[in-house]
Amino acid sequence: MDAIILQILNGLDKGSAYALIALGLTLIFGTLGVVNFAHGALFMIGAFCAVTLSKVLNLYSIVIDPTKTDFLGNPLKVKIPYVVSWFGESAGMAIINWSVPLAIICAIPVMMLVGFAMERGLIKHFYKRPHADQILVTFGLAIVMQEIIKAFYGANPIPTPAPDLFKGSFDFGLMIGFAENTIIYPYWRLIYFVFSALILGLVFAFLQFTTFGMVVRAGMADRETVGLLGINIDRRFTIMFGLAASVAGLAGVMYTPINPPNYHMGMDFLVLSFVVVVVGGMGSLGGAVLAGFLLGVLESFASMNEVKTLLPGIDQIIIYLVAIVILLTRPRGLMGRAGVMEE
Amino acid sequence: MFNKLDSNDRYMMIFFIIMVLAGPIILAPFGAGYPDLLQRFAIFGLFAIGFNILFGLTGYLSFGHAAFLGVGSYSAVWMFKLLTMNVIPALFLSVAVAGVFALAIGYISLRRSGIYFSILTLAFAQMSYNLAYSVLTPITNGETGLQLTLDDPRILDGANATGDIPSTNLFGLTMNSTYKAELLGMTFQFNVGFYFCAIILILGFYTALKIFRSPFGLMLRAIKTNQTRLNYTGLNSRPYTLAAFVISGMYAGMAGGLMAITDPLAGAERMQWTASGEVVLMTILGGAGTLLGPVLGAGFIKYFENIFSKINDNVLHAWFSFMPESIENLLVGVLHFFVGKGWHLTLGIVFMLVVIFMPGGLVEGGNRIYKSLRRRFGNADETQAAE
Repeated sequence: MDAIILQILNGLDKGSAYALIALGLTLIFGTLGVVNFAHGALFMIGAFCAVTLSKVLNLYSIVIDPTKTDFLGNPLKVKIPYVVSWFGESAGMAIINWSVPLAIICAIPVMMLVGFAMERGLIKHFYKRPHADQILVTFGLAIVMQEIIKAFYGANPIPTPAPDLFKGSFDFGLMIGFAENTIIYPYWRLIYFVFSALILGLVFAFLQFTTFGMVVRAGMADRETVGLLGINIDRRFTIMFGLAASVAGLAGVMYTPINPPNYHMGMDFLVLSFVVVVVGGMGSLGGAVLAGFLLGVLESFASMNEVKTLLPGIDQIIIYLVAIVILLTRPRGLMGRAGVMEE
Repeated sequence: MFNKLDSNDRYMMIFFIIMVLAGPIILAPFGAGYPDLLQRFAIFGLFAIGFNILFGLTGYLSFGHAAFLGVGSYSAVWMFKLLTMNVIPALFLSVAVAGVFALAIGYISLRRSGIYFSILTLAFAQMSYNLAYSVLTPITNGETGLQLTLDDPRILDGANATGDIPSTNLFGLTMNSTYKAELLGMTFQFNVGFYFCAIILILGFYTALKIFRSPFGLMLRAIKTNQTRLNYTGLNSRPYTLAAFVISGMYAGMAGGLMAITDPLAGAERMQWTASGEVVLMTILGGAGTLLGPVLGAGFIKYFENIFSKINDNVLHAWFSFMPESIENLLVGVLHFFVGKGWHLTLGIVFMLVVIFMPGGLVEGGNRIYKSLRRRFGNADETQAAE
């Protein structure tokens, strides 16, 4: 029982990342009808927002500290980050320590801008082109984005730690009445899950309970009619693209403490997220979230030793296997709408 | 070989044969005349030609063709290990095994079309890649890659006298032997392995040409144009797409076999989806659905991968040294991002530009230039550009 709960928990954080990226992908597909292969790159850019912020916060000036001396008795030069000299010792260090959560604030506008630029500059011209062309041009764009990031940050993963407060693990088993040390779970993964649940909730609430969201949903159902009613649906869809980009970006920001980001992390997630979207059903928001968590949890179950001895190698292929079975038996995916790319 | 083709195709075929066979001479001035790169041109050209039979004719975008390449490589290396270092059995086995794989994967994947087909092929390729890395290690030798060893049985070859790992050969003609010729201060290298690949490439090109011109090829084009209408006329398109899939899979297997022939080892990274993406890039860049396009695209990408990536800041400084220093430094600073390690950036940008402005690829670009030139000079030349 405790092993099962542990695997579910392990699957949740990866599942949340899949769900967030897949939500953005399917949102773009549902609104604009565009298959965006550059969405993984947006995830990666989000992660590098966090890296950039932590680098910026760590910019320092060299000050001669008269109170400390080296072994010859000369005053020592110390590096003092600007934030520390501006806000004082404790507040400054706290800001540096909290760079990843702070990056959320700066990632949202950055990702919005990237999203708008991408939609207006490129995607707009591909509404009417075949899906194959859309895949190809966004695939090219993803390569370009990756290479730009690589040119600035190099090819190696850059560790970006979580705040000290959330480092380490806690005993989840003890909290729900199991013996000690049965279910140990890192804090940050729990936070990642809660954060993604929050974002997912916000996006759904935005679409469900605001006028703007209502118009967007109407546009997803029948774009032409909404346009004929005198509503500038294109502008709203562009905003939705920006929103989808920032959701992917936020997923990336919060993922940095779990896995140090490198320039091709997006591609690794993209392939899986596409599988998630297809399993959930193209254009279905609920399906993407459901499939994201489902596949994340399945993946962690498949990597249990008991399962691996029964079916060797299953942990490597489970996601693809599920995708193949779903695609062949339920052409629409789990929760796909009728008539959306059923061919 | 030629009397069954109409005159345009005959010219194209002759042109193609001459260009390929004279490759070591033509490419030497461009710094690409060394055997390793020439072999790559031929191998990836073959791979792209095969991919084009599927994507260019039927419009089914497969993102998993590298799996067949990898399978082909593994089978060829196993043939070298178990039977003989002669290349012919290895090549046959790699084509056959890749064909069987393609039949199985194609049978399942082709039940869906569009993006679902792409995802299905991608899923199968990633599965093969992951399995090759983990569980199938006894067959694939995992991360190390499958290599030849001294104590391999090699039943037909008899005892190994020299104590070295033997090299691949065609009835005694070793693949890595090179004949060098000096002329006009340049070295021309005529490599046996390259010419073997070149002959296979020419045969592959000829087969593709025949498929393009055959009723079967027309049927595949009809599938791309309007599959629904084709179904309404009472035709079942599945056997045709499956045949195209298997053929292109066999081409990929052959390319994989040739890779193992020129360099007898096989690794799982050949099956990764980025490798599948590469052949897509090649085909689109050159021109999907055209005959010469994929070969051009493959040559273009492999050339730039090898030549562009070797240009570093020192080379750039040498190029621009005639300019004032400030401009020189500025130019080098800007170009630094596009060459050397950053050549993928150039590739991505070129690829995007091609998809946006020239969906027909380099071949379409060439045709446009040719037409505008003809209009300008009013030349009543009747010959049309290839395809």
